[in-house]
Amino acid sequence: MCLGIPGKVEEIFDENGLKMGNINYGGTINKACLEYVPDIEVGQYTVVHAGFGISVIDEDEAMKSIEAWEELADIAAKDGFDLYGNPLDESVL
Amino acid sequence: MKYLDEFRDPKISKEIIHEIKSIVTKPWVIMEICGGQTHSIIKNGIDQILPKEIELVHGPGCPVCVTPLETIDKAIAIASKPNVIFTSFGDMLRVPGSKKDLFQVKSEGGDVRIVYSPLESLKIARNNPDKEVVFFAVGFETTAPGNAMAIYQAHREELTNFSELVSHVLVPPAMEALLSSSTNRVQAYLAAGHVCAIMGWWEYEPIAKKYKVPIIPTGFEPIDVLEGILLAVKQLEKGKYEVENQYLRAVKREGNQPAQHVVNQVFEVGDRKWRGIGEIPQSGLKIREKFLVYDSEKKFSVGDIITNESELCISGIVLQGLKKPYECSAFGKECTPSNPLGATMVSSEGACAAYYKYQRIKNA
Repeated sequence: MCLGIPGKVEEIFDENGLKMGNINYGGTINKACLEYVPDIEVGQYTVVHAGFGISVIDEDEAMKSIEAWEELADIAAKDGFDLYGNPLDESVL
Repeated sequence: MKYLDEFRDPKISKEIIHEIKSIVTKPWVIMEICGGQTHSIIKNGIDQILPKEIELVHGPGCPVCVTPLETIDKAIAIASKPNVIFTSFGDMLRVPGSKKDLFQVKSEGGDVRIVYSPLESLKIARNNPDKEVVFFAVGFETTAPGNAMAIYQAHREELTNFSELVSHVLVPPAMEALLSSSTNRVQAYLAAGHVCAIMGWWEYEPIAKKYKVPIIPTGFEPIDVLEGILLAVKQLEKGKYEVENQYLRAVKREGNQPAQHVVNQVFEVGDRKWRGIGEIPQSGLKIREKFLVYDSEKKFSVGDIITNESELCISGIVLQGLKKPYECSAFGKECTPSNPLGATMVSSEGACAAYYKYQRIKNA
């Protein structure tokens, strides 16, 4: 039930006194309440749970984590590991 | 989709598995709290590709699963009333009460509607002033801000035909209840990422220190879960027990303070019964006195309904990580997703339902 989907804020507007937004989830647009992410701007990403934005995605942190792992994978590949298609090590998988 | 696909990359997953394997020297038991994480682990076969030293046990973090049977019976009693529009997230409708489920109430003519947000229930209340509109407010800390906002907004708009049947539970008291049990096996937690998005992770610091367990707020995609396991194993191997945030892109130490503020205005902490576990002191949220006119239990006088669980079901033991679903004699026989006997089979996020769906009859 605690499922949260990241989506991009396309538009921000007021509805019944609440800050609302149209959120784009990979092409599907749906409305969400943005009262809990009051500083969010159009173009930023938010995690939406049950119709409410609950967190602004820290894009730097998201990419940092992925890039760090990609870098490690590259180093491993240089050391003779195959991370690109074939199993790295049969005993691992 | 951005911020989902990157965290499902098999190349990176292999790298993390390789690193876990290279550092693990002893057997460790790690519990993922959230049912969403359980689902991700079983769906992606994460438990099967980890080194044999690491055992994942599945925690109580599925609010659908831990909502007591008697609360389901209260929902059914309210939804069966003639002037009521009963609204709920879809996954609560097929949870069986002691005699029927909410879908059956609907098939018998009850006005039961699925909504995707509590604000939709509020809209239904605005558009139907001659009806009583009830929202089934079930969930953990993640869902509480939305449910609190619906009550707060009803109060601001002076809507008197809206109320919530509240069964909110809190994660930290359940974590402590498990750790303080004499049968506890858990040595590290993957904390529920979206609960932490709301509450932050500061409240886990005293738990990590008191029980000497690493606690890792963790996301839901395969790379998140694997990275959470890696951080936990690193700490376990070094004898450390700290709160270490894996889900950096969505979780801050202080959490979402505007959300916490509204939750604290509308709800207060109280004792709460968990299906399969029993009553845990101070483990739930209830509506504050100022907003009691929005409490469906009071409005419809269903507070005295009490129901007992099936004696065959061992979901309480599964929720504590003491047994795997396939160790239950009823699993896949008397108990299936279409005829669930207990907590962990009722929701797709429950451990038994996930094992059933992905045909995990027993571990390879």
